[in-house]
Amino acid sequence: MADKPIQGEKRMFVTGNEAVAYAALAANVDIMYGYPITPQNEIMHYFTRLAPKFDKPFLQTEDEISAGFTTVGGVMSGKRSFTATAGPGNTLMQESMSMAEMMRIPTVVVIMQRGGPSTATVIYSQQEVTMTCYGANGEGIRVVYSTCNHQELYDYTIKSFNTAWKYRIPTFVLGDGYQAKMRESLTMYDPEARGIKMVDTYPLVGLPGSPGVDRDPAHLRNTYNTEEELYEVVSNLVKDYEAVAPEIVESESFDCDDAEVVVLAHGVVSRAAVEAVRELRKAGIKAGHFRPITLRPFPDKELKAVANQAKKLLVVESAQGQFAKLVHHSLYGDSTPMEYIFKPGLGITSDEIINKVKAML
Amino acid sequence: MTVTSVMEPKMPKCWRQETKPHKFCPGCGHGDVLKALGTAIDELGIQDRVVFGCDIGCSLLSWDFFNFDSIQTHHGRTTPVITGVKRARPELICIAYMGDGGGYAIGSQHLVNAASRNERIFVLLANNAQYGMTGGQMAPTTLPGMKTETSPYGRDVEWTGNPTLGPEMVAAITPDSAYVARGTMSNLRQLTQMMKKALQNQIDGNGFSFVEALASCPTNWRTNAAKTWEFVEKEMPQYFKVGELKVPAKKEG
Ligand SMILES: Cc1ncc(C[n+]2csc(CCOP(=O)(O)OP(=O)(O)O)c2C)c(N)n1
Ligand code: SF4
Ligand SMILES: [Mg+2]
Repeated sequence: MADKPIQGEKRMFVTGNEAVAYAALAANVDIMYGYPITPQNEIMHYFTRLAPKFDKPFLQTEDEISAGFTTVGGVMSGKRSFTATAGPGNTLMQESMSMAEMMRIPTVVVIMQRGGPSTATVIYSQQEVTMTCYGANGEGIRVVYSTCNHQELYDYTIKSFNTAWKYRIPTFVLGDGYQAKMRESLTMYDPEARGIKMVDTYPLVGLPGSPGVDRDPAHLRNTYNTEEELYEVVSNLVKDYEAVAPEIVESESFDCDDAEVVVLAHGVVSRAAVEAVRELRKAGIKAGHFRPITLRPFPDKELKAVANQAKKLLVVESAQGQFAKLVHHSLYGDSTPMEYIFKPGLGITSDEIINKVKAML
Repeated sequence: MTVTSVMEPKMPKCWRQETKPHKFCPGCGHGDVLKALGTAIDELGIQDRVVFGCDIGCSLLSWDFFNFDSIQTHHGRTTPVITGVKRARPELICIAYMGDGGGYAIGSQHLVNAASRNERIFVLLANNAQYGMTGGQMAPTTLPGMKTETSPYGRDVEWTGNPTLGPEMVAAITPDSAYVARGTMSNLRQLTQMMKKALQNQIDGNGFSFVEALASCPTNWRTNAAKTWEFVEKEMPQYFKVGELKVPAKKEG
C-alpha cells in the first residue's frame, strides 16, 4: 500500500475537483459516499482512482438523499466521511443535513455550485448560498466555507474535517463550477508536515463495551414529544453555536482602511473584486474589498468595522441577492449606502466592477 | 387470578428494562416483532455488536427500546443511514427497522438499491397495511377494499394499484446469497427463526437480509382483540404469503 497521498509538499497544476479529492485523502478521510452530478463528478473520479491505494472505500449511492444519509451513518460510526454534490443534488441532501444539524453529526459536504433554479446549467453560479447556509427545516447550525481558489479548496477541505469534528457541526466547502473545472497551480501538502493535526474522530454508535452491562447504550434521536423539550434542545444548539462562532469565523479584507467604496463579494467573485481594486487604486481611486470566508457563521463584527469606515458599499455576486441578504442581515442598522451587481448564474469580470465603482463616486 | 397472569412476561435479555413498558399502543404488532428480534439477538449472542436504526413511523418509538446503540433517523431513511454505518464499520451488525410506508413508499428507492447492491445489512419491516403514526392513511400495502383515512370507501385497486409485495420484489432483485422471508406476529417462533437466519446471513458476510413481519395496528384498524387477530391471521396472509422466499445455500466445507 502507498504511504501517504502527499509526501511533504508538492506543487501541482490541477482542477479544483482534483484538489478536493487529494485534500480529502491528505486529511486521512476514511470513506466517501456520492452520486454523480456535474460539476462535481471529478471529485468522485479522482477519489475512486486514488483512494484504493490507501485502502479507502467509496460507495456510489442511489441518489443524493442516500449519499447524505450514508455519510451521516459513516460519521456516526466514527469514521471521517464526506460527500460532494451540486445544484439539485444539494437540494436532495438538505434532508440529511437537517438531521446532522439536530444531532450534531460532523458531516463534511463539498458543494460545487451550478446554475439554478431547477436543472438550469451545469456550469457555474453562486445560487446555492441560501440553501447551503440555511437549507431544510432548521436554524442554519452549520459552518460554510466559501473558497476562492484551488489553494483554498485544498486548505479548507482539510480544515472542514477538523472544524466538523472539533465542534461537532456539519461543515460545508462551498465552491462552484469554475473552481471545480478550471486548472490552476497550488501547493498540496501533508497536513502533518505543516503542523496541522487532524482532529481525532470517535464513534457515536458502535462504541466499545457491552451496552446495558458495562455502559449505557447510545440512544440517539431527533424526535421530541413536547414543544418545551424541543425548544430546550434547539436553544442549546444555538447557544453552543454562538459560543464557538467567534473561533470559527474567517474573513479577508484588501485595501479597506481608507476606501471610499468597498466591494463585498465571496468565493470566486472576490478574485474579480481584488483585480478591480488593484486597477482602481492604480487610477488613484480609493477602493477596497471585503470578503467573508465563512458565510456561516458570518463575520458580522469584521464587516461592520469595514462598513463604518467606507463611504459606499458595492455587493457583487453571481446570484440575485442571496449573498446580499446575508450582508443586509449582518449590517442591520448601518446606513452606509449600498449598491449591487447581481448576475445569477453568470460570471463577473473586474471591468464590470471597475465601471460600477467609478459610476458610484 | 392464575399464577401465570401475575408473573412478569418474559423479556428478551437485550430489551432495556428501564424503558418498559414500551410506548406502543396495547395490542400493537411492533412490540411482538421486536420481541422476536430481541430473542433472535439473545440466541445469537451478538448484542454487543448491534447498531439498530429505526425509521419515522411507529417504529421510532423503539429508539430507546434495546440495550444497543440506536439511531432514530428520518421517514424512509433508515436503510441509507444503516448502510453508511455498515460500509464504514463492517464488523458491526446493522439492523434497519421500519414500517411499510417507510420501506415501500418514501424509502423504496433505498430498499431496492440496498437489495440490488446486496448490502450486508438486515432490513426488518413491520407491515401493518397502513400508516400508523400519522393516523391510519392508505399505505402501499393497504389491502384491496380496505378502508383507511385516505381510502374511506375502500382501496380502489384500479385507481391506486395492488398491495406492494415487498419480499417478492426483494427476492427478485437480490443474488442467491440474500435471505428473504415474510413472517407474522401470529407465529412468533417462526418469525424469530427467520430473524436468526437473517442475522446469521449478515454475520457470515453473505449478503442482504430482509424480513417483512405482518403486524397489527388495532388503533387505526379500529378493531377489538378478536378482530385484530382475525385480520392478522386470516385477511393479511391472503395477499401476503408467509414463508421463506430466499435462503442462501449452506457454504461448502
Ligand atoms: C419526509 C416525511 N414525510 C412524511 C412524514 C410523516 N409521516 C410520519 S410517520 C408516516 C407514516 C408511517 O407509516 P409506516 O412507515 O407504515 O409506519 P407505522 O407507523 O405504520 O409503523 C408519515 C407519512 C415524515 N415524518 N417525513
Ligand atoms: S398507532 Fe398502530 S402501529 Fe402505532 S403504536 Fe399504535 S397500534 Fe402500533
Ligand atoms: Mg405501517
